[in-house]
Amino acid sequence: MTSFIARSQVIKYGDNVDTDVIIPARYLNTSDKKELARHCMEDIDTSFVERAKTANVIVAGKNFGCGSSREHAPVVIKENGIALIVAASFARIFYRNAFNIGLPIVECAEAVSDADDADEFSADLQAGTLTNHTKDKHYEVVAYPEFIQQIIEAGGLSKLAQSGGLD
Amino acid sequence: MAQTTGMTMTQKILAHAAGLESVEVGQLLLANLSHVLGNDITTPLAINEFRSMGATEVFDRNKISLVMDHFAPNKDIKAAAQCKMCREFAAEMSIDGFYDGGAMGVEHVILPEKGRVTAGDVVIGADSHTCTYGALGAFSTGVGSTDMAVGMKTGKAWFKVPAALRIVLTGSLPKWVSGKDVILHLIGLIGVGGALYQSLEFCGSGVASLSMSERLCICNMAIEAGAKNGIFPVDEQTLAFLTEAGAGTPQVFAADENAEYARTIEIDLSSMVPTVAFPHLPENTRTFERADTPTGGAVIGEVPIDQVVIGSCTNGRLEDLQIAASILRGRTVAPGVRVLIIPGSQKVYLAAMEQGLLKDFIEAGALVSTPTCGPCLGGHMGILAAGERAVATTNRNFVGRMGHVASEVYLASPAVAAASALAGKIDDPRVVAKASSMSHRA
Repeated sequence: MTSFIARSQVIKYGDNVDTDVIIPARYLNTSDKKELARHCMEDIDTSFVERAKTANVIVAGKNFGCGSSREHAPVVIKENGIALIVAASFARIFYRNAFNIGLPIVECAEAVSDADDADEFSADLQAGTLTNHTKDKHYEVVAYPEFIQQIIEAGGLSKLAQSGGLD
Repeated sequence: MAQTTGMTMTQKILAHAAGLESVEVGQLLLANLSHVLGNDITTPLAINEFRSMGATEVFDRNKISLVMDHFAPNKDIKAAAQCKMCREFAAEMSIDGFYDGGAMGVEHVILPEKGRVTAGDVVIGADSHTCTYGALGAFSTGVGSTDMAVGMKTGKAWFKVPAALRIVLTGSLPKWVSGKDVILHLIGLIGVGGALYQSLEFCGSGVASLSMSERLCICNMAIEAGAKNGIFPVDEQTLAFLTEAGAGTPQVFAADENAEYARTIEIDLSSMVPTVAFPHLPENTRTFERADTPTGGAVIGEVPIDQVVIGSCTNGRLEDLQIAASILRGRTVAPGVRVLIIPGSQKVYLAAMEQGLLKDFIEAGALVSTPTCGPCLGGHMGILAAGERAVATTNRNFVGRMGHVASEVYLASPAVAAASALAGKIDDPRVVAKASSMSHRA
């Protein structure tokens, strides 16, 4: 999991983006990540897959990723090249799934409320900073707890478990 | 020495499972798991992750349940391949809890029924409604496939100790009002993020009046308020249920007197009324009458419907079908309304047959299906077209949840769903039940 997120446009969404719209259940008869990724967000934003080719950051409101526990949700977001999600808050299962699969996410309500769709963002997660270049604003984000850091450094929970990190 | 703060029921179970004397809110810990669950959608990803770790055996073949219920009976070739993958994995690992074919049912209906979970357990499931088992006095929560994979390999999972909302229940529910109305009311009150990262701890003198089916239904939807888990204290009714199911020896944990809660909400069960969550969030609750409704006064009004679904992990238990049958018996569903009754398990199905409920449903013009999650998540068996509306006893009404993005789901109790089936629009079971006419109302 990389901690430096290069400057890119953001794709902005509102509150309560649920996992049923991130990846609709009707496609979950397969575990093929590439096939699933083509349908990411299509029920609320048919332009997502195309835009995500250049825009690598999602900015969203409260309770991002609520609903189903399907890990397919963070997986397809990551598969589409998204390198970071900044939200006012995350639903808890999505939160742990994102770390477990190595997709960086941060909570920063102020950055979310300042940001407009297509603003330019970058981030240094090691230093705990976010920058909105369009608005010329900088934000400090709360450091991850030590155990979460270990998951991040290992590259996901299964890699941490594999290396004996849970023994 | 500073005065120590007590622990909630959830905190006590987590402390015990982590081998700790006490825990504090926000603390990260590694807990030993009593049970790991997956379904036909989430297990294939977990199997891939399990293999990628180089794992060759599971931590305990008796503590894993794999339930083929979402797209099963196999809805298409791809779904069949996913179920086959799970079936082969279960055989290879000698997992004793593999539920498929005639042994299948909706996961959160069959695990309690088969005694797979007991009080004091720590359970993770790669399904968000795993929080259902809090009704049995267990700590139980939904996770993703990677957590499931690591759980199957190591028997452990990491948790952040949650703060708690205390929900004090008093009184008892009026007729035609059920646990579903209570949880919809609560979600309407606090919102879909109202309990984010927290536990919902139910307590109070009203608990005893709630059946186990109602408690399971209430805990089932804790996730729809964003909660990590919902949990009920263990009482005589819980212990009788666990004994009947042949569950393991219960370990009873009770909250300390001086446990800390982020917030306390009191609910007088006798003031509850039939409640419906409008599209597209479970917090959009409305009631039939405006007068001092606790949920804020929005009324249901005229909502014509195309479909009714009675079933799911929320309301697919025998008691739910009994309530629906008591309204539909001897009456006829409204013309043009498709009414689907989906028992949550083979045991429920058989009991409904023996009690004559299936006859009541079929004679009323409903159809009865084998157990499956099916339409709840827009999988199969009752998908909605653009512009169609369904009243469902399920748990989510997100955009596109039961089919087309331009379809709508209204969440309700079995009583409201059955009354609506007769009326062809969302209707009040208290009124329908009073009508003496045996003919249909449409």
